[in-house]
Amino acid sequence: MSALICGGILTAMPLLFASIGETISQRAGVLGMGLEGIMLAGAYTGFVATLYSGQYWLGLVASIGGGALLAAIVALFCVRLGMDQIVVGIGVLIFGEGVTSVLQRAQFGTTYPRLGEMASIKIPLLSSIPVLGSSLFTQPLIVFIGFFMVGVLHWVLKSTNIGLNLRAAGEKPEAVDAAGISVVAIRVVAVLVAGGLAGLGGGYMAIVGAGIFVPFMTKGIGFIGIVVAMLARGKAIWILIGSFLFGISVSLTTSFQLIGVEVAQDVVNMIPFVAVLTALVIFARGAYLPAALCIPYNREAR
Amino acid sequence: MAGTVDVNEGVLGKNPKSIRGPGDGVLGRAWKDTVESVAPFVLALIVGGLVLLALGRNPITFYGDIVRAGLFNNSGLQDTVIRMAPLLLMAAGLIVAFQTSIWNIGGDGQFLLAAALAAGFGPVFMAAMPVWLSLVILCIIGTITGGLSTIIPAVLKAKYGVNEIISSLMMSFIGVNFANLLIKGPFRSTKTIVPQTGVVPFAHLLPPIPGTRIHIGIFIALILLLVVYYVMKKTALGLKLRLLGQNPRAALHAGLNNSRLIVGAFMVSGAFMGLAGTVEILGVWGYMRADWNPNFGLPLFALVFLARLNALAAIPLVGFYAVLSIGGHSAARAADLPDDFILIIVGLVLLFMALTEYIKERRSGATWQLLKALRSLWEFKTNE
Repeated sequence: MSALICGGILTAMPLLFASIGETISQRAGVLGMGLEGIMLAGAYTGFVATLYSGQYWLGLVASIGGGALLAAIVALFCVRLGMDQIVVGIGVLIFGEGVTSVLQRAQFGTTYPRLGEMASIKIPLLSSIPVLGSSLFTQPLIVFIGFFMVGVLHWVLKSTNIGLNLRAAGEKPEAVDAAGISVVAIRVVAVLVAGGLAGLGGGYMAIVGAGIFVPFMTKGIGFIGIVVAMLARGKAIWILIGSFLFGISVSLTTSFQLIGVEVAQDVVNMIPFVAVLTALVIFARGAYLPAALCIPYNREAR
Repeated sequence: MAGTVDVNEGVLGKNPKSIRGPGDGVLGRAWKDTVESVAPFVLALIVGGLVLLALGRNPITFYGDIVRAGLFNNSGLQDTVIRMAPLLLMAAGLIVAFQTSIWNIGGDGQFLLAAALAAGFGPVFMAAMPVWLSLVILCIIGTITGGLSTIIPAVLKAKYGVNEIISSLMMSFIGVNFANLLIKGPFRSTKTIVPQTGVVPFAHLLPPIPGTRIHIGIFIALILLLVVYYVMKKTALGLKLRLLGQNPRAALHAGLNNSRLIVGAFMVSGAFMGLAGTVEILGVWGYMRADWNPNFGLPLFALVFLARLNALAAIPLVGFYAVLSIGGHSAARAADLPDDFILIIVGLVLLFMALTEYIKERRSGATWQLLKALRSLWEFKTNE
């Protein structure tokens, strides 16, 4: 049980960070189609930084930088210049996949160096609760930061002017402009923050989760992040629930394998996508995207 | 920012047409379109070359290797033409979908599912009936499989307006894994240690052009691509699909059955992907190994856009990409880099293509309409 929750958290965290980022970007009116490539960029930069410096925190910061760097292309092309978000997004996605794979090979050849385990911290008192204590409350600090981010997202979107402007930039950019606030600036910041968070998700995966970087290691989690953000409709709590349902369902299958129930690896790989597709079928009408999503804002065109 | 070019032209007192001069007329237009399609490629190759330099590889040797291995080498040239067959079929599928504003991104899953069925049933059918008949039946099975595997995203989009990028992508991942399950399970050959299907003997594969290894799949692909070109451009059905693609609401008001057209075009698109997978298995491999995935889908996305969704223009671009992928394989091996280097080029092509479009939009605003129309699809619910 403890292993199940631990495994669930391990698989859920990258998705959690990525979908928080994607939510910010989507609310501001930019669809982060390249999320998967951005995660890989974060995973690679974070991994390399950790490997050479030996500092996990430096690695995680580097992964934020790596993600934001690739997201800067999206910010420049889609927001500043108003190009097609899907074409640019898929370009970033493919570029990110290719560049990380090539760099990995150029740097390490066919060897895959490994990192040690990141130190966990125990929350006093809470960590002595039976099952939950050893799983939920004994985790690397970054996990708690992830939970904290959910709260921050909720607070920012609901109760601050920044959140209001952000949502307005996605729903009715003209109104933001009329209020004297730059739509482009809001969206650029949103895209960069989203890229940083997605990069952090990738970094978590490589540094904390696997301790290793393998090309294409995100295995579609970036795409699932897009769906989670769509279905969560900007509600932070649903991002948390969605990510953990995903994490638990994946780790459930590994638990099955551990107790000896034969589950083919391909079935395990397939489950998250079947789950997402089922969610899409059931909640088809519930998914909601901001009105101005994917529409570049051009002042002169008003 | 935007509009500075027009201002300059205004200052010069010339209208844009007189500035361009030789750019007018059919030939001039074709020339301009060619330049616009080639420029992103060239820019991507230049930046890719810089990446190679940064990695300490010689870009000139690398690109030289690509051209030599993919084009100026008899066996490599044949490989290039052979590679074009599935690529052209998939391009045809994407063109049908994109012209209807259906973002079918799940090509890889549709491709692999059909390929798995062809490889799995191949040896069985060959043993039971004449070779030509089983080839025909296998192709039909592959086509139908590809078509049917789009049915969930198609119906979700047609009935509930669920965004098909996501649903077809999810289906693609499911399809890839399901194909692996089939190969490791019911289709697994008992003769090999590595999980793979039984083998169709080389002599029973799609017949080659005499004197070469090039199988007839390339002709099937070219003919079907021409059919797609004709249907989309010259027939009432094509007009309906394009109308739906440009403006779903107008199509509805014109009395078209949007749902049926969406499902139909989606399935036809998937059918082409399925046929591509079948042709690749029955023309080149004769068997399928687990975890085999050539990942043709996303690069084609770039090619089809570069071709401006024009089936004829897609042919040279696909040829170019085939050289890149066949030659790139040996060039990457020589430079000790993974084949994924080609992905960098493809990604850059997409980015530079967007940039070229942007520059062009600021100058004329003509074919930008295409991307704009496609973007209109992004309204999450289509039938409101």
